[in-house]
Amino acid sequence: MLRFLLAVIRRDLLLAARRKGDWLTSQFFFVMVVSMFPLGIGPEPNVLRMVAPGVVWVAALLASLLSLARLFAEDYRDGSLEQMLLSPNPPVLLALGKALAHWLIYGVPLLLIAPVLGIQFALPADAIGILMLSLLVGTPILSLLGSVGAALTLGLRGGGVLLTLLILPLYVPALIFGAGAVDSALSGLGWQAHLSLLAAFLMLTLLVAPWVASAALRVSIE
Amino acid sequence: MSDAPFLSVHDLACARGERILFTDMAFGLRPGQLLLVQGGNGRGKTSLLRLLCGLAHPLHGEVRWRGVGIADAREQYHREMAYIGHVNGLKDELTPLENLRLAASLADRDLEATEATDSLTRLGLARCLDLPARVLSFGQRRRVTLAGLITAGALLWILDEPLTGLDIHGVALVEDILRAHVTAGGMVVMTTHQPLSLVGVETLPLQVGDPLLPLEP
Repeated sequence: MLRFLLAVIRRDLLLAARRKGDWLTSQFFFVMVVSMFPLGIGPEPNVLRMVAPGVVWVAALLASLLSLARLFAEDYRDGSLEQMLLSPNPPVLLALGKALAHWLIYGVPLLLIAPVLGIQFALPADAIGILMLSLLVGTPILSLLGSVGAALTLGLRGGGVLLTLLILPLYVPALIFGAGAVDSALSGLGWQAHLSLLAAFLMLTLLVAPWVASAALRVSIE
Repeated sequence: MSDAPFLSVHDLACARGERILFTDMAFGLRPGQLLLVQGGNGRGKTSLLRLLCGLAHPLHGEVRWRGVGIADAREQYHREMAYIGHVNGLKDELTPLENLRLAASLADRDLEATEATDSLTRLGLARCLDLPARVLSFGQRRRVTLAGLITAGALLWILDEPLTGLDIHGVALVEDILRAHVTAGGMVVMTTHQPLSLVGVETLPLQVGDPLLPLEP
C-alpha cells in the first residue's frame, strides 16, 4: 500500500523533472502576479503591508489552479491513468499520491519563494515567518481539494474554466484563515487561532478529498 | 471445480448513452483459450472489454473472476489481469525501459532492468532503449506496450486491437506471443480487424451486437 503511494509520488516527481517548462510556468506565474501589486498600488509601505497576505494567498490559489488542470488530464490522454486504476491497489491511494505529488511539485516551491515576495511588500520578519507557516499548512489543502476538481472535470470540454468555478469557492476557508493568520501577526494579535483552524481544515480535506477524488476518477473514466 | 471457467460473464448488458449495445451476453473462458471478439465498428467491442476489466460498469449482469464478481475480487483480479487499450499508457518523457519499470512498480512488481531489456529486445526495440517514447513511431510504441504485457506476467490478457500500427513482422511476433501465452495455460480476450493465424490455439469466436441489424443512429 505504502509502496504504491510512494511509487505514484516518485513517478510524478520524475515526470516533472523531465518537463521543467510546465513546472516553471506555474512558479513564474505566482511571482509575476504578486509582483504586479506593488507596481500597481504604489510604494506606500503601510498599504503594501496591509494587502500583502491577501495578495500572496490569492496568487497562490490561482497558481495552483493553473497546474491542477493538468493533474490527471495527461495521464488520461495517454492511457496511463487507466493502467494505474487497474493496479491492484485501491484508487484512493492513487488520488492521494497524485495530490501529494502535486503539493511537492507546485506547493512547496511557492512556500520557498514567499519570503522574497514578502520583502517586496515590506513585511517584517516575524510576519514572513507566519506567511510561510500558513502556506505550509495551506498549500496541501489547495492540492487536495484541487485533485477533486481535476478528477470531476476530467475529459470535459472547457474543463479548465469549470475547474476554476468549481474549486475556487472551496478554497475560501483556506484563504480566510491563511491570510487571516498573517494579518493577525501584522496587527500584533494572536495568529495561533487562525493557523489551528487552517490545520483542522487540512485534516478534514486529507480525510475526505482522496475518497471523493477517486470516486470522481472512476466516474470520469467510464 | 477444475473445469469451471476462470472468467465468466452472466447475462451482461451494456449501454452507451441511450443506445443499448448488447444484452444477454454470456460466456466462460478457461485456461488455454482465446476469446476473439468480433463485430463491426460501433458494435460495442471496446465497451465489452472495458466492462471485462472493470473500467466501466454494466447496465445489467455481472463479470466474475474465479467465480467471484470482479468488484469483490478486485485486488486479486487486477493482479492476474493485464489490459491494453487503444492508447498505450506510455509516458512520452520516459524511455521504453523506464516506462516498463514504472508500470511494474505501480503494479507492485519488481522488474529487473535485464528482464525489461530482454522483453524489449524480443519486440525488436533493442535500438530504442535509450530514446524517450516521444520520438518513437506509433508501431514502436505499440511494441513497447506489448513488451510491458509480457513482463506483467498476468494470467488473463485483455487486448483491444493490439495489432494496430504493427508491420507484418510485428503481427507475426504477436501471433507467436499469443500462442505461447495460451499454450502455457494463459487466457486472452482480444479484438482485431486483421486476420490472425492462430494454429493450435483454442479460439472461441464471440459476435458482439447483431450483425444483421443496421446501426441505429
